[in-house]
Amino acid sequence: MISILAFYLFATLTIASAIAVIFARNPVHSVLWLILAFFNAAGLMLLVGAEFIAMLVVIVYVGAVAVLFLFVVMMLDVDFASLRSGFTRNLPFGIIIALVLLGEIILALFAAQAGPAFANRGVPVSAQPNIVALGQLLYSRYLFAFELAGLILLVAMIGAIVLTHRSRRDTRPQKVWKQVGRRPDEAIRNANPGVGEGMKL
Amino acid sequence: MIGLGHYITVAAILFTIGVLGIFLNRRNVILMLMAIELILLAVNINLVAFSAYLGDLTGQVLAMFVLTVAAAEAAIGLAILVIFFRRRGSIAVDDVNRMHG
Repeated sequence: MISILAFYLFATLTIASAIAVIFARNPVHSVLWLILAFFNAAGLMLLVGAEFIAMLVVIVYVGAVAVLFLFVVMMLDVDFASLRSGFTRNLPFGIIIALVLLGEIILALFAAQAGPAFANRGVPVSAQPNIVALGQLLYSRYLFAFELAGLILLVAMIGAIVLTHRSRRDTRPQKVWKQVGRRPDEAIRNANPGVGEGMKL
Repeated sequence: MIGLGHYITVAAILFTIGVLGIFLNRRNVILMLMAIELILLAVNINLVAFSAYLGDLTGQVLAMFVLTVAAAEAAIGLAILVIFFRRRGSIAVDDVNRMHG
């Protein structure tokens, strides 16, 4: 009973906050609604017993992606009001497209139910926790794909740094190689100046 | 009892909202990227639901990879957005005509 209630709560909140994401006037509000949608989707995943993916959604989506969006939205000084100019003009056509797409997906859903694909297959009772089973699968059968995913993240990281990096001429940063390359004999000079002559720099 | 159909319906509605978001905010790249995140979230819900109801953990592994690619895509997309804004002072998609030749 409580799981049915929780499902409808999470599903309603996910869909409502997703609608709020695309209809919010302020992009900062959009990002905050997106975070709410991610949290509720994680709750939906928890209900079917996929704890690890649910936590991953919270950590990766909320902790990294949404915060990145928030940074960019707040950093760029964009006039967001002018960007909404085509909104009402696109609204009727967009809603027609969306309804057709939703109808197609629902139709495909019922077409799939006609087949014997998953008849009589309930929720399996797994002997080990979700994260243990997932880890064993990930580090044995999907090891290559897992390392490929790490490579994708590395390429994305390097790409983002290369894209946004710029060398600024108007700053005077520390020159590390110069400091490291100094030798004692060129850095120190012993001098014994006479009285009243002073130091020559 | 909550079945697979409930989950697929939620994911389908979420997917449609994402596509609608791309259609409605045709000029705002940030909102388009957010709509793409919503679409990928719908795909993830589908994968997890199928994996749970078919008793096959492969779907959850695939959901993890979708998550990875979504994070990489968001990082690269926002980096491109930042350099585009630095060059043009705007993020309207209509202004993207540098490669006309």
